[in-house]
Amino acid sequence: MSLLFKSRMSQASNTDTSLVMTWYFIVLNIMRQGVHSLGEIWRTTTASMMTVAVLGVSLTLPTTLYLVVKNVQQVSSGFENASEISLFVKQGLPDKETKSLVKRLKLYPEISDVTYISNEVALEEFKQVSGFGQALDYLDSNPLPSVISVTPTKRHSKPETARKLLIKLESEREIDFGKLDIEWLERLNALLSLLRESVITIAFLLLTSVILIIGNTIRLSIMDKKEEIQVMKLVGATNQFIQTPFLWTGIWYGIIGGFFAYICIELMMWWLGSAISEVAGVYQAEFLLQGLSFFEFTNLIVLAVLLGLFGSYLSVKRYIKTIEPDKI
Amino acid sequence: MINFQQVSKTYPGGHTALEKVDFHLKTGELAFLTGHSGAGKSTLLKLISVMERPSAGNVMINGVDLNSISKTQVPFVRRDIGMIFQNHRLLARHNVFDNVALPLVIEGMHRKNITKRVHAALDKVGLLNKVKCYPETLSGGEQQRVGIARAIVNSPPILLADEPTGNLDPELSWEILKLFEDFNRHGTTVLIATHDLGLIARMKYHNLTLNKGKLLLDPLKADIS
Repeated sequence: MSLLFKSRMSQASNTDTSLVMTWYFIVLNIMRQGVHSLGEIWRTTTASMMTVAVLGVSLTLPTTLYLVVKNVQQVSSGFENASEISLFVKQGLPDKETKSLVKRLKLYPEISDVTYISNEVALEEFKQVSGFGQALDYLDSNPLPSVISVTPTKRHSKPETARKLLIKLESEREIDFGKLDIEWLERLNALLSLLRESVITIAFLLLTSVILIIGNTIRLSIMDKKEEIQVMKLVGATNQFIQTPFLWTGIWYGIIGGFFAYICIELMMWWLGSAISEVAGVYQAEFLLQGLSFFEFTNLIVLAVLLGLFGSYLSVKRYIKTIEPDKI
Repeated sequence: MINFQQVSKTYPGGHTALEKVDFHLKTGELAFLTGHSGAGKSTLLKLISVMERPSAGNVMINGVDLNSISKTQVPFVRRDIGMIFQNHRLLARHNVFDNVALPLVIEGMHRKNITKRVHAALDKVGLLNKVKCYPETLSGGEQQRVGIARAIVNSPPILLADEPTGNLDPELSWEILKLFEDFNRHGTTVLIATHDLGLIARMKYHNLTLNKGKLLLDPLKADIS
């Protein structure tokens, strides 16, 4: 459409007037500019690859940490069930009462197995294992409590249900206190969540720097093309038209940088794979290192593209409108 | 077509480039804009292409006051004005075809039509055999003709030229002027800023002379309007 000459149709739209065709051409043009800017990246390979590498490495680090968290979680989920609850019997309880307690415990529906370890047996065991042997003979009385080892049924060995069972057992009159052997697991989980938090923090910092780096690269490229932009403005280009190729450059940086990160991670996985299977062999455990799933991979790429787009958008918004064709 | 009404332009810092300039260039006219360096020729052209805004007065094109044109509308005004520069202002990184095609690409024209029009424009300036060349491999006169082809490729109603023959020898200058005459014969309004007075003397056209920002009386005015 012409502003000054109402009768003068735009050179572009004088043949196609339908809305669909207009949109089709707009999309076609944007795509054309996309391909064009990919060609531009290809022509300035070195500079572009450096930016892409920065983006890729910056994405690799948080993604690796994420994978570490994911794999540790996978390992710990295998141990999540409480296999045993140790109940310490009150000191000085007569044998008879202890025996009746064991009998009572055996009747609990939540319990599949009960083993009684009397304090004498425990002391004997301790003598053998610790190597103090004779020294322990000098003790006046046996300092060890009697222990009842309880194995919950499958249904009651989940962390929460096992905890409930423990509370119930501790309320038994004869019991001093009980211990659940999943406490180490809870500590691990706490550590894991700490790690997860730090992944988020580190990722946030790195991704911010990625946006700034891409923004700066695009700014340099805008300055480099200053004259070209002036000429384009002289022949009637809108800011929109001028900024599209730069936005595309950001998108391409994102896509290529995302793939770069993916390749880095795959290489790392391959490198660590043999070492990890060795460790797993020593522990006689079945362990498969988990890589990125397809969903996670697409997320990585989408994130990279968004970062690239946002970085270039910041520069484009700021600088393109300041370049004016002031000198003829 | 181009109507200046008491237009003044003072640059920040106090330099007055134009003072109460008043003229009317009619549709289909060809006129020269002359004057010494610094007389305000470039400023006058910049006001028409909205690179500058007047400090006072109105610039009208086809009855539309350019003061009413918003910043986002400026590109659309420029699409109606073909501009030719002394230093060509071609894109060094693109070949002749892409340079000439630029205004059409900006308008979003279909590839097929672009090729047709670019070839027609290059044919008009006699450079059809240089389509694939890069600007730096061309001579000064050829570069200027590429610039002209770019200015006319979307057949704008107005053509502005700022010292189009500045760096060319008389024979080439004459050729270029003949081109402008040709476009003018097809109905385009043409305004050429130049200090090449010898060239103008040979042609009987409307002549606007600027002196220190003021428009001098035009001896030919009575004959033409």
